[in-house]
Amino acid sequence: MHAFIETQKEWIRTDIPAFRPGDTLRVNVRVKEGDKERIQAFEGVCIARRGSGVSESFTVRKISNSVGVERIFPVHSPMIAGLDVVRRGRVRRAKLYYLRHLTGKATRIKERKARVTVPATGSAESE
Amino acid sequence: MIGIIGKKLGMTQIFNDEGQQIPVTVIEAEPNPVVAVTDPARSGHASVQLGLGRQRMARASAKGEGTPRGRRAHAAAIGHAKKAGLDVPPAVLRSFRLDDARAKDAPVPTYAVGDVVKVDIFQPGETVKVTGTSKGRGFQGVVKRHGFGGGPNTHGNTKHRRPGSIGPGTDPSRVIKGKRMPGHYGAERHTQTHLRVEKVDAERNLLYIRGSVAGPRNGIVLVRKQG
Repeated sequence: MHAFIETQKEWIRTDIPAFRPGDTLRVNVRVKEGDKERIQAFEGVCIARRGSGVSESFTVRKISNSVGVERIFPVHSPMIAGLDVVRRGRVRRAKLYYLRHLTGKATRIKERKARVTVPATGSAESE
Repeated sequence: MIGIIGKKLGMTQIFNDEGQQIPVTVIEAEPNPVVAVTDPARSGHASVQLGLGRQRMARASAKGEGTPRGRRAHAAAIGHAKKAGLDVPPAVLRSFRLDDARAKDAPVPTYAVGDVVKVDIFQPGETVKVTGTSKGRGFQGVVKRHGFGGGPNTHGNTKHRRPGSIGPGTDPSRVIKGKRMPGHYGAERHTQTHLRVEKVDAERNLLYIRGSVAGPRNGIVLVRKQG
């Protein structure tokens, strides 16, 4: 099989910044209403990132009106108008499903400071 | 209907214009040379034989170079390919009927030996059928092979994945034909119909077909137009 990923290249977005579970994200989602389109932000903690290539997706969790809401977005979806990393978080798990059982103060995540010696690319740091 | 021989590269997903995720199977179909054409007057039907790939050939060994080891094309295959003007016999040969399942009074498409069939015979949005050989699963029981429910796992039960009764007793004193039982499963030819062509990449000889297709990755598949 000649580099199967090549067949997906056309749909892979390169404008999405590097982010990891634990980061607080603001996802600007395109919302179609009839023939109009507007952009709605969904801000919360990225609790999981899974898959590879064009099929990669991530889960964002936020508390809305004291109800936990999770949304799963494909990383390369054209329905994402933009994605901002609001805050980097330091976590020791790849999947933060334990946050579902926690409320209030317990759900706080420590901020991850970019190291001085290593450029803050996100991928250069240890997982 | 005319089709093309290809190789299943695997499944992935793509996004359509509305931003929806579409599950697709990517099929690589290098241009297929027409190796033979049947004469409808003689054989009673119109069809073409297409080829894909290259077989290894014995070649006169140059200095410091041996002939390729392993299986090589036999003389009959080389001769057959030569008649079609090919230097190397294709690894796969398949025929496609041209005069079946077409619209009423539609003309039978004609091909000549030496023509090449490429993925551009398909248009995005077209419905196709794809034939492949399903993955071999060996000797399997009735639960996997036929989707039987099996028995309960607990409450003292000891018949977990068994077929149960296979028929009445003394009368008729035999098992009815076609009774579904354990046996070899998979590695069968399977044709999946009504699949939609999502995208045609003529440059890279790729077809993106919605849904799944029988067979393993790198398996040979036939993609045919659906009349």
